Parts: sequence; C-alpha cells; structure tokens
Amino acid sequence: MAALIEIERLTKRFGSFTAVDDVSFAVDRGEVLGFLGPNGAGKSTTMRMLAGFMPPTSGTARIGGADVVARPVAAKRSLGFLPEGAPTYPEMTVTGFLAFTGRIRGFRGSELADRVAHAMQLTQLDGVRLQPIETLSKGFKRRVGLAQALLHDPPVLVLDEPTDGLDPNQKHEVRSLIRQMAPEKAIVISTHILEEVDAVCTRAIIIARGRVVVDAPPAVLEREGQSLEEVFRSLTLGTPAREAA
Amino acid sequence: MSPALAVARRELAGYFATPVAYVFIVIFLVLAGVLTFTLGNFFGRGQADLQPFFSFVPWLFLFLVPALTMRLWAEERRLGTIELLLTLPIAQWQAVLGKFLAAWAFCGIALALTFPLWITVNILGEPDNGVILAGYVGCLLVAGAYLALGAAVSALTKNQVVAFVLAVALCFVFAAAGSPVVTEFLTRRLPVLAEIARAVSVSDRFTGFTRGVIGARDLVFFASFIGFFLFANTVALDHRKAD
Repeated sequence: MAALIEIERLTKRFGSFTAVDDVSFAVDRGEVLGFLGPNGAGKSTTMRMLAGFMPPTSGTARIGGADVVARPVAAKRSLGFLPEGAPTYPEMTVTGFLAFTGRIRGFRGSELADRVAHAMQLTQLDGVRLQPIETLSKGFKRRVGLAQALLHDPPVLVLDEPTDGLDPNQKHEVRSLIRQMAPEKAIVISTHILEEVDAVCTRAIIIARGRVVVDAPPAVLEREGQSLEEVFRSLTLGTPAREAA
Repeated sequence: MSPALAVARRELAGYFATPVAYVFIVIFLVLAGVLTFTLGNFFGRGQADLQPFFSFVPWLFLFLVPALTMRLWAEERRLGTIELLLTLPIAQWQAVLGKFLAAWAFCGIALALTFPLWITVNILGEPDNGVILAGYVGCLLVAGAYLALGAAVSALTKNQVVAFVLAVALCFVFAAAGSPVVTEFLTRRLPVLAEIARAVSVSDRFTGFTRGVIGARDLVFFASFIGFFLFANTVALDHRKAD
C-alpha cells in the first residue's frame, strides 16, 4: 500500500525565486516527521502545497492516494491541517468555529456535537467554549486551530508550528497528544524548536533554501557527538555538511 | 446541508456578530426613507405606489453593496483564514457560492425591513401590490448583480479600499450604461457600442420590474450576469488565493 503522504519532486517558483526545489518524501502511518529549517527555507510553502492551498509549479503531492490538485476534496477529507499562525475567525465562539468546520466536513446533529466536544477535550478548550476567539490568548488560539485539525480524526495531520506561542506546560500537552496519536496517523509537524524533534519525531527532514539537505531519524543526526543544533547550523548555514545520514 | 450552505450560514452570522450589519441596515433604511420622501416627493405625487423608492434603491446599492463585498475575500486574506477555508474539504465554487448567498440574503433582509413604506402606501391608497412585489424582486436582482461583481473584484485584491473603489466604479459602468446621456453619446460616435451598452445595462433591465413586468429575458440577464461574475470570482480565487 502506498504511504499516506507522498510528495514527489515538488517545486514552487515565485517569478525567478525558487522557494521549494525538487522536494520528495513519503510519510506512512505511525511516522511523525519533523520538518525543520530556518525561516524562509520553504517549510510553510511545502505544507501549503501539500494541503492543496498553493498549486505547485511542478511535481505532485498525494494524501491517502488522492492527488491534491486533481482530487482536492478527496485529499482534504483525509487531512487535518493547521495553517501557519493558526488563523481563525475572530468574532466566532470556540464552539461556533469548531461546529462550522465540522459542518463543512459533513457532520450533523449529535455527531457534530460529540466531535466538537471531543476535540475541545483533547486540546483542553472546555473552559472557553463560549468565548469569542478574539478574546483568547495566543496559546488558546493555537489550540483552537489544533482542535479544528483533529475534529474529524483524520489519518493525515499536517501541523505548521503547532506549539508556537504556547507556554511550557501547554507545549508538553500538545507533544504528548501528538505522541499519543502517532501510531494511528501520518503526521508532519514543522518547527524551529529543535528539542521538539527529539521529543516527538520519529524522523526529521532539514530543508534549506528550498532543498532537502537531510532526511533521517533524529538519533542518527545526533550521533558522532554532535547535538541536533550543531547539525542544523552546519547544514543550513551553507558550510560543508558532515556526513550526517 | 452542503458545504456551501455551511459557509453561507457562518457568513450571515458573521454580519450580525460585527457592527457591519447594523450600520449597513440603518444607513440603508435612513437613506431610502429620506430620498423617497424628499427628492422622491412621495406625498406630493399623489399616487399610491413605491415608484420613488424603487428609483433610488439601485443607486443606494451602488455604494452600499461594494461596502459589503469589499471585505468578502480581502478580509479572509488579511486574517489568513482563506488558507483554513480552502484547505477544508470544500470546492472553491462552493465557498464562492456560500459567501454570495449570505451577502444576498443579507441584502434581502435589508430590503424586507423597508416594509413600513409598503404599509404606508397601502394605508394611504390602493396600490397595485403586484407591481410593488415585482419592484422588490428587481431590487433583489440588482443587489445580486452588484454583489457578484463586487465579490469577484474583492477576490482580485488584498486591499479593501481598492476593492471598494473598483467595485463602485464597475457597478457604476453597468448602472449608467443604459442612461440616455451615455447611449445618445455612443449612438452619435460609436453606434455599435450603444447597442452593447443598452444590452448590458443593469438599470435598463431594472426599469421593467418597477413597472410590474417580470420578463424572462430580464431574468435570464440577471442570472447570467450573476453566474458570470461568480465564475470569474472562482477563477480569480484559484489564481490569487495564495498571494
């Protein structure tokens, strides 16, 4: 069976600038892929193409076997996506917002209510269910975005910086949530917090200037006595990379 | 409930969750009333009909409808929610249709709230309520046409002011195209264009409705006008969504 996420030779150009250059990888059930790279390396652009928001210049992305360009609705049904910055509609209440995304996903009546309640419980939003989202703190907003991505229990999760803006306790909660879901799903998280990769990822891809420079389990990256941070710096600052994988 | 209706429901609730709805409705009702009774000479005409009211509504919509549509897509871009909306399992045309339906329903609510005028003429005289109903249908179709146009413009730009000014200008083109000043000028200079101008004029089509005539050709005109701009909106969204 094909992997849940398949990306083949994905490329995105803006004018003469190549943001993502010939990126290929696959993620299967049970894997948590940490997508690392400096700001502007092409992490979010790759994720946007994978989520079917941005059309690739060339190459393909498939989710659960469905091409995101040719069969976008089928691909998006199996996907839970947290966009960069966790955008939400500020005037809506937490419950209202989650019910809206659930309705678009085709849930009705008591099933919709159950799904919303379950997603709020997973992300610990019960205390603010009737508050307008604009009145919430950054950490809560991020968790509302996360709840939206988990609502339909999708086989594929693509999370762009899921722990950005969370306090250490909340980070811990989100990481244990990801670890707990990991065996059932294919998960991609982007981050520039390196300890997060150690904490939750089974595999790490480092991307620099639009290209994949390394694709290996975090443990392999760290051998030879180098910390992940040293590996990251040497690979993304353009100095000759040591054999890392 | 299809995804388009889920979007429409959220949008419509969104109007009433912000001051947009109340400001729009109050300004619309005040202007419609003031214009009807002063410039429209509602009482002085001595006729029990809503002709003065219907003659002003398209011009009010010319300014007020772009104020509604300027934020449709521009706001989604500003908040980044466009990325959320378009990565939910919804086809782009469904998102476009949902937003349009919500805005159209909202205009319908604003129009329905002018019912005191209708009650007034029915107390003062015996108007032909069929003609009045046709006039309201016409108003709703004009609103739909301007909404579709404005929404398409909004999909093209991130800037709300640009979206507003362009939408007003384009609506004005379609409103003024059938006016005598324009058609006479064109008949003298470019007779071919004069025919086209009359054919695409929204206000020309609307006149029939205010006389109580709901013509099939006019209905087809408005349906194609709205359909065309919703299609243009979908295409524009597809190309510009990530900008």
